[in-house]
Amino acid sequence: MHERVSAGIIGTGSYLPDQVLNNYDLEKLVETSNQWICSRTGIQERRIADEDVSASDLAVRAAEAALEASGLSAGQLDLIIVATITPDMFFPSTACIVQDRIGAKNAVAFDISAACTGFVYGLTMAEQFVKLGTYRHILVIGVEVLSKFVDWSDRNTCILFGDGAGAAVLGPVTSQKGIQFSRLGSDGSGGDLLKIPAGGSKIPSSQYSLDNGLHFIKMSGKDIFKFAVKVMEHSTCDAMEACGLKVSDIDLLIPHQANLRIINSAAKRLKLPPEKVWVNIHRYGNISAASIPVALDEAVTLGKIREGSLVVLLGFGAGLTWGVNVIRW
Amino acid sequence: MDIFAKVKEMIVEQLGVEEEEVKKETAFKDLNADSLDIVELVMAMEEEFDLEISDEQVEKIKTVGDVIQYLEANV
Repeated sequence: MHERVSAGIIGTGSYLPDQVLNNYDLEKLVETSNQWICSRTGIQERRIADEDVSASDLAVRAAEAALEASGLSAGQLDLIIVATITPDMFFPSTACIVQDRIGAKNAVAFDISAACTGFVYGLTMAEQFVKLGTYRHILVIGVEVLSKFVDWSDRNTCILFGDGAGAAVLGPVTSQKGIQFSRLGSDGSGGDLLKIPAGGSKIPSSQYSLDNGLHFIKMSGKDIFKFAVKVMEHSTCDAMEACGLKVSDIDLLIPHQANLRIINSAAKRLKLPPEKVWVNIHRYGNISAASIPVALDEAVTLGKIREGSLVVLLGFGAGLTWGVNVIRW
Repeated sequence: MDIFAKVKEMIVEQLGVEEEEVKKETAFKDLNADSLDIVELVMAMEEEFDLEISDEQVEKIKTVGDVIQYLEANV
């Protein structure tokens, strides 16, 4: 008989590029203002990767930090899941590139695509493998280099996004701890609200796709805003109910950092005080799949998450996709 | 149901303005409401009055009176 185990996070890490692009820098690129960006999004600055830096470069740094925190060596990893929508290339997967570079010779490696919900999707998949005993130690990475897919002449989108990577190492822990509940959701009917249209098999790269800017991120902001606020509220409430807990039992909610106005609006609906909601969007902007693991690593490092803390990770994004993990630390 | 009274209450709550400032002829921009405030307000109204207000309709909303008129015709 196997003892029942949960999947717990035994180490976190993150890496942000050094180069800072603030709102005043953006004022020089497009018709916008620091005041407008701050009031509409809460973003003050974002990190931008150098031209010769790709997703795997950021992912490797975050992975090494998470491994060190976990006390494991790369050789002890059984699986690497990389959540990204800005991979190094279509194939091989960024996870395989990371596997090679950190020397995780015994690990299976693959990427998943769930946009800003990517890390929560990855964590939820990893959780199942750990619980079943299929794999014991799993590295989940959320990484994005969105700056290379942003139209720097589109003031509606270029102000929002940034680059970065966050990672977590999962392993078996006693069932009272670790991930207590996960639930994912998808609604493909909202696929057109947020996308990069070209570069795939539908609109392959061509002079036409380049001339029309189809390789850049396109977004319908208002619809996404409504979706995000609703899904943050409902997913959190559903998850707490399923766990037999109340929203007020949450010690720290780490939502995807898409827009401060989304976070504030949902927090108000959930009646969660500001000190229970992690916010770092002012420093990093929206880094899609990297946003939650970067925030998680910060909260752990700064001592905001302690043994026994009830932590809720909440992702939402393109797809549409959403998901929640409830973790007892 | 007094739609104006309810809407006024929601605007005061959502935008943090004084009740006296909210008149039918008041434009939302004079209440310092930006586009996201309007989206939040619309979401609150959709829930309160159990209806869906399309983006097209939202674009047409300029004053408090526009909202009242829309709700009176659709609730």
